[in-house]
Amino acid sequence: MTDQNIALMAHLMRRAGFGASREELERRVELGYEATVDELLNPGDQDAVDIYEFLRYYPLWWKPGTMGGLGHAPWVWRMINTKAPLQEKLCLFYHQLFATGVAKVDHYDEIEDMIESFREMGLGKYKDLLMAVAQSPAMIYWLDNHENHADSVNENWGRELLELFTMGVGNYTETDVRECSRAFTGWTLKHKLPRFHMGRWDWDYEFRADDHDYGEKTFLGHTGNFDGEEVIDIILSKPATAAFLARHLYSFFVADEHQVPAWSVTPPNDPEAVQFIADALIASDYHIGTVLKKIFNSDFFKDSTFKRVKNPAEVVIGTLRLVEDAERPVPETMSWASQIGFMGQELLNPPSVEGWHSGIEWINSGTLMKRTNFTAEMISDISRPGVVKIIDRIKSSGSDPEAVVDACLDVMGPLEIPNESRGELLDHARKLGEFDWEDDRPGQGGATKVTEILQLVVSLREYQFA
Amino acid sequence: MTSLLENGTNGTGTTDDPVIVVLQLSGGNDYMNTVVPYNDPLYRDYRPTVNVGEEDVLVLDDEIGLHPTMGPIQDMYKDGNVAIIHGVGYENSPRSHFRSMDIWHTCEPDKLGTEGWLGRVVRELDPDKENVVTAVSMGPALFRALVAPNVPVATVENIDSYGLLTDITPQEKLDRVLGRYQRMYSPAIGTGPVMDYLGQTGLDALKGAEILNVAPEKYSSTVEYADSSIGKKLKGIAQVHLAGLGSRVFYADHGSFDTHADQLSLHHKLWSQVSQAIRDFFDDLEEHNAADNVVMFLFSEFGRRVYDNGSGTDHGAGGVCIAIGKGVKGGMYGQYPSTKAQDLDQGDLVPDLDFRSVYTSLVEDWLGLDPVPIVGGNFENPGFIEK
Repeated sequence: MTDQNIALMAHLMRRAGFGASREELERRVELGYEATVDELLNPGDQDAVDIYEFLRYYPLWWKPGTMGGLGHAPWVWRMINTKAPLQEKLCLFYHQLFATGVAKVDHYDEIEDMIESFREMGLGKYKDLLMAVAQSPAMIYWLDNHENHADSVNENWGRELLELFTMGVGNYTETDVRECSRAFTGWTLKHKLPRFHMGRWDWDYEFRADDHDYGEKTFLGHTGNFDGEEVIDIILSKPATAAFLARHLYSFFVADEHQVPAWSVTPPNDPEAVQFIADALIASDYHIGTVLKKIFNSDFFKDSTFKRVKNPAEVVIGTLRLVEDAERPVPETMSWASQIGFMGQELLNPPSVEGWHSGIEWINSGTLMKRTNFTAEMISDISRPGVVKIIDRIKSSGSDPEAVVDACLDVMGPLEIPNESRGELLDHARKLGEFDWEDDRPGQGGATKVTEILQLVVSLREYQFA
Repeated sequence: MTSLLENGTNGTGTTDDPVIVVLQLSGGNDYMNTVVPYNDPLYRDYRPTVNVGEEDVLVLDDEIGLHPTMGPIQDMYKDGNVAIIHGVGYENSPRSHFRSMDIWHTCEPDKLGTEGWLGRVVRELDPDKENVVTAVSMGPALFRALVAPNVPVATVENIDSYGLLTDITPQEKLDRVLGRYQRMYSPAIGTGPVMDYLGQTGLDALKGAEILNVAPEKYSSTVEYADSSIGKKLKGIAQVHLAGLGSRVFYADHGSFDTHADQLSLHHKLWSQVSQAIRDFFDDLEEHNAADNVVMFLFSEFGRRVYDNGSGTDHGAGGVCIAIGKGVKGGMYGQYPSTKAQDLDQGDLVPDLDFRSVYTSLVEDWLGLDPVPIVGGNFENPGFIEK
């Protein structure tokens, strides 16, 4: 029988992080659920990863003047190895929300700096984050705010701030877009140094008073000589903003929702839960850490096991944390990072400012193939210490095929699967014959047979959910 | 695999059934700098910076010319194989990429659509789901235009390495695992739409890979595609088409055409890539005598604002569609929208041809299907397909 405490802790760690080994789950169950939530929310000052370890292998990843070519691999390495998994999970959340890509920005360092601000401020107040994003050189360039001038307004940032980052379609007029954009005129980039032979120099934010429209604006029913910060304050005072952000938090941390473009016309699947989150946002003045604590400790969260399709980063990072031996910044880090892209989520390069469609839309015949191929290859690699530990646990269940199948399902989740699927695994295991753990001939013994079962487990439909 | 012959394959490499290739220009392609009203004095007033020089335009007639990178398309136009459809869009354009692309994909301007128009096309073309590669989407993600319940679409990112659990050896073990996979993914009753979708997707992946794997093996051509992502996608489409697998609908995109800034160089690069890829694609098909039954259709979610912003152009409304192929009745369709200031809507060209009209031509005259249920109503047919 599945241990319910382990199952719940596994759920929390899949959502608030990238999954955990059985050893870690057991340790955390000892610590307790709420204490684990608190630990995740308070990562402390210790370094979550040893970045100097990374620099020993890739010294040219040192700003400014970074050698290009690593792409999003450093972030992927960090997600695999972090001691503060919620921090990185939130980076992924905000990256999906404030989707910014190199296809246009063409400067990995600047987008990584934006991710770094998510890392530093992600558990804090949403207003601080919005201000950081509004002044992020990557975002300014991505949404052309450096072309937003007092005498010729560029609406790109102003519109997306309202449509995608705070309120959602239907809660503002075209005039509001215009007035919002005017308030951010002069929020621009300092003169950029030309590219040099090894890469680019850093970009910097600059406020240019001579290019700022100080005139009166009427925005969302308020009139005044607003600047960008005042516009953000007005936006955050509207209930629509709390409702919109609540729905984002719900769909990322709790359960799959309709796609974002549907939100203006389709109510939430669980309106009470979304309202609960929206209320928590307003009550805490949009303090994300406070809100997440309420979410993780809520019943609707605890009841939401396997209600989300894993996003590709969760698939790849979760698998690598499970099989282990991904700790050193080896060249393979680059190809693991690419795998996430092959599954439809190229980090630091979303398809557009709207980010990725999520949930079941992660899955099509091509991406399902990629997910299955990657996880099946990893979980059958018996040179990986995490795989050895998994096999050792399964061994202790004995040589009976039924016991082995149940042990596989337990250690890989614990997974809840319908009887039909379990029946298929059982039939397969029985046909492979007894699991002889003493037999270590290549391609013959219990360990080889069990990796075949594990490959089938990760190929299951049910395994696509977190 | 034995069902291939039943799916209309004539065994010589292609079928005669009409094939459509949709090329989506993602991000909002600038109509006015693609199909340029070069003799309109207002054009240069509106576009002091972001314009195509009069001497650079590839002239089509007294009023209209193409962007200088579009030589291959100009050539095909002269041969009578290119239709340029002016002023396409829909009322009350939201000027949002998100929403606008959704509308083009689902034919639902007033509410949120759940089905893509091409998904419905595929359902009509292959109602019994006999061929999982009736539709092939090139790229990492499936386009919403192709999404419809229980309509399989092969989503191919790289045709050379397409397959399930390809890492498992020996073959005997792979066959055993894939056999079990097939059983595990076979629909279980009453598990709900999400599990059904996953199950069907897994089975489609299995079968699609089996079929598509033959395409690169059979392919040989003297055409060398220019190196670009759209070139690779169109080459993949050519390989599948030439393998004669019964595929009828292909989809690919290129971008981003969201040129708010630095438009002149960005737009130049993008259209060079698109034009060269289209040239190589049709050359490849011609070499194999397999071009006659292919029509390519280009669209973007919206055109861009009439006034430039000093470096680029912002989101607009009316745009242009282009159809290419021997099945196309070449020429201009519709009118270039008026550029007079009083005729603009919030600074944008007003579309006077509904995009569903354009789809109607493709669905009715090219694919031979009833367009009404597919595009969601009766729309005037601009008639750019040869009959």
